Amino acid sequence: MRLLLRQRSILPGFGLTLGFTVLYMSLVALIPLGGLFLRTAELSADRFWAIISDARVVAAFRLSFGASAIAACINLVFGLILAWVLVRYRFPGRRLVDALIDLPFALPTAVAGIALTAVYAGNGWIGRYLAPLDIQIAYAPPGIVVALTFIGLPFVVRTLQPVLEDLDPEVEEASASLGAPRAQTLWRVILPELWPVLLTGFALAFARALGEYGSIVFISGNMPMRTEIVPLLMVMKLEQFDYAGATAIAVTMLMASFVLLLVINVLQWWSGQRHCVRRS
Amino acid sequence: MQSGRWIGATVLAAAWAWAMPAMAESKTLLNVSYDPTRELYQEFNAAFAKHWKSEKGEDVIIRQSHGGAGKQARAVIDGLGGDVLTLALAYDIDEVSRRGLIAEGWQKRLPNNSCPYTSTIVFLVRKGNPKNIRDWDDLTRPDVSVITPNPKTSGGARWNHLAAWAYALKHNDNDEAKAREFVGKLFKNVPVLDSGARGSTTTFVQREIGDALITWENEAFLAVEKLGRGKVEIVLPSMSILAEPPVTVVDKVVDAHGTRELATAYLEFLYSDVGQELAAKYHYRPSNPKIAEKYAEKFPKLERITIDEAFGGWQKAQAKHFADGGVFDQIYQPGR
Repeated sequence: MRLLLRQRSILPGFGLTLGFTVLYMSLVALIPLGGLFLRTAELSADRFWAIISDARVVAAFRLSFGASAIAACINLVFGLILAWVLVRYRFPGRRLVDALIDLPFALPTAVAGIALTAVYAGNGWIGRYLAPLDIQIAYAPPGIVVALTFIGLPFVVRTLQPVLEDLDPEVEEASASLGAPRAQTLWRVILPELWPVLLTGFALAFARALGEYGSIVFISGNMPMRTEIVPLLMVMKLEQFDYAGATAIAVTMLMASFVLLLVINVLQWWSGQRHCVRRS
Repeated sequence: MQSGRWIGATVLAAAWAWAMPAMAESKTLLNVSYDPTRELYQEFNAAFAKHWKSEKGEDVIIRQSHGGAGKQARAVIDGLGGDVLTLALAYDIDEVSRRGLIAEGWQKRLPNNSCPYTSTIVFLVRKGNPKNIRDWDDLTRPDVSVITPNPKTSGGARWNHLAAWAYALKHNDNDEAKAREFVGKLFKNVPVLDSGARGSTTTFVQREIGDALITWENEAFLAVEKLGRGKVEIVLPSMSILAEPPVTVVDKVVDAHGTRELATAYLEFLYSDVGQELAAKYHYRPSNPKIAEKYAEKFPKLERITIDEAFGGWQKAQAKHFADGGVFDQIYQPGR
């Protein structure tokens, strides 16, 4: 084993950098997360199960995961188009649009939540035209999806951009000159190249959306059983000084997210493998 | 390259120095409070600093931290280090006390249950009161839509729920089942449960959702004067609850900082004429009867029942109404 480690790289400093990585990860991520599990250990298994199988908690889980998945899918489609436009075409204002994409990173999400609520509420700029059609966005589940789409956008665009830049247009030209229609070029030539990155973008946007709290509490209306997200339930438990209850929900969410991200990673690895095999 | 590195280092150092709180020479006091008292304490702190300077010849800097009452209590428990706590309800201070930071029986240390000023729960309605909302039972009418924050996340909103409950008990010969039905009907009329009191005010005034907002009197005044000038008006119900936002010194912290004398004087100053006038200016009802008399027109008399009379104290009210599976949860999840 020792020999194996030694042989892996000819670069010096492996021990030092690995040690630093482990220390850093422990301080920043592992110790706080470990604390979470310790807190939950205060609960008996029955109590833990009672907390997380409560109808209201289950409804919140369904909403949080569902809305995050929908928002990530929307971002996947429109993020791809956006990234494509930004990389492949030159037009006035391109730099500006490019800079705008990072805004959701920098903006406090509470500001985003309030702004989106103001726009989509029944008397807002957009909401007032939807209200007569009986479409309710703010204070309903669609509002949550809108907010989550907003905060997840940069993740997809920013992961796709560098890969699209490396994508050689000549391959597309070759495909076209061999007589492939455009749709076929897109489906058979471009997308296979992009699948792994698209999955990464999706995973990032999805994970970010799961943890979002700041903007959602403003736009969702927080109605029990209908528009309560999981992080809100944790805050509620904390308001009652029920630390163990809050961490029980947090740990469940953490594990569910971890499993999902793992699945996405495996999918990514698999699609990458398949692609390589086919190409060789 | 070399100069670039220097510029980088300088910028970093400047950012560091700027981000670190300035180390003050004079004595400092940290007042940990809840959201709607920000303006009151800004002016009060200046007045107290002046008072302390003339009394003791000492400069004092008072910092304030604001946020939701429950969050603030947790911050103090986790070591924020507030010298004094001025929160929306005794329950949150009790929790700090239970963890040993504040002596037991803290609420007896200052006059009037340690509440220098009080308030009550009132309604805000649209200008001209088009739905003719006069009292609590109007809020249960099927044609009325009501805005109130979520009592599970907002300390202030717990008063709203309890005021409705107390009214229902009184008008139904203390029949609990009837009160449950009454409060349930009221919450059926609530389309949005914001997480905090300010959020609800915004929903009602700016998003124009709902016919009535249940809110603290001081928030209602603020909405009438600032946010919704000419768009909303206050309605006083026939009875309401005596909202008592208490204040206390955090014993563990003042003993560690050596600020007990200063902190105590700070809280006592809230009961002085200056403090009472400021409380009234920022729409809290003064506890000093003389000054309350002066503002009798601003704060009309109404029957205000206390939490202790109606519910036997906050601990009991919290456990019965807002704990998981309590009265509030049952409204949304019957059969739990």
